[in-house]
Amino acid sequence: MSAVFFYYFAAVTIISGVLTITFRSPVHCGVALVTLLLHIAGFFILLNAEFIAAVQVIVYAGAILVLYLFVIMLLNLKTEERVFHRRYAVVSLLMLAIVGQVAVLVLRSPFAGVSGTATPELVLAVGQTRAIGITMFSDYLLPFELIGLYLLAAIIGAIVLAKTPGIQERRAQMEPPPAGASPDGNGAETAVVEPIGAGVAHGHEGGHGHP
Amino acid sequence: MITLTHYLVVSTILFALGLIGVLIRRNFIIVLMSVEIMLNAANLNLVAFSYYLHSLTGQIVALFVIAIAAGEAAVGLAIIVVIFRGKIATNVDQINLLKW
Repeated sequence: MSAVFFYYFAAVTIISGVLTITFRSPVHCGVALVTLLLHIAGFFILLNAEFIAAVQVIVYAGAILVLYLFVIMLLNLKTEERVFHRRYAVVSLLMLAIVGQVAVLVLRSPFAGVSGTATPELVLAVGQTRAIGITMFSDYLLPFELIGLYLLAAIIGAIVLAKTPGIQERRAQMEPPPAGASPDGNGAETAVVEPIGAGVAHGHEGGHGHP
Repeated sequence: MITLTHYLVVSTILFALGLIGVLIRRNFIIVLMSVEIMLNAANLNLVAFSYYLHSLTGQIVALFVIAIAAGEAAVGLAIIVVIFRGKIATNVDQINLLKW
């Protein structure tokens, strides 16, 4: 039974991976990526890792993919007519050959590693989430705290990057364009606004001057 | 009977797909999505080894990898937003600000 599920998850994962890198529209790629991530969560359940499966669904399929879709909708990316690099096809074939060699080595290797102490019966007796929690907060406490620091740095970095004005906006801020030359839309707008302001100022002066 | 080798083959294929996606696509966002595919292949490996070698370390490292992927997606997408807003480039070939 678990073999049937394994082959189903493997087939859908690989097919949706191929679709993710071949679809033209980024939105379609995002949908294919969601399919891939959910089926990887299915693999995690087959491997008795329910907590990781839940985190995968919540964080990847819930949060990261929504972030991707937000950016896709925000930027209104146009799909170019040339989607792929023609000249990198050779490079990717080379990569495929290297990966094939890695796969051959993997198939020949026996993986006789040292078995750990967390046997499935022991983990089931405690509960999988509880076992992970106890291990994470005792043996892996320092990496856990460092991950918290990393996430804080990522949040601050993302906010600073997204609030940084673009190159053209910054150029406009640093050197206000002269009244005559208007290289872009910003300069043209000030050139339109200025005579009106000058006219108002003149009228005001005149009004003061007469009485 | 599903052995560890089955999982390793699936994750090798997924990693190759992500690598090819990074190399041949020209769209920023799809390149980042391919990086996510590669990270997921690594996660699958970690959890499979954790199951077959009876150790919880792999699952905990997989959690850390998910957190790192979240941070990478946030910063990468912020960089993409900056590049698009400044009209610096429309695909990955045109970014050459750091090239000299």
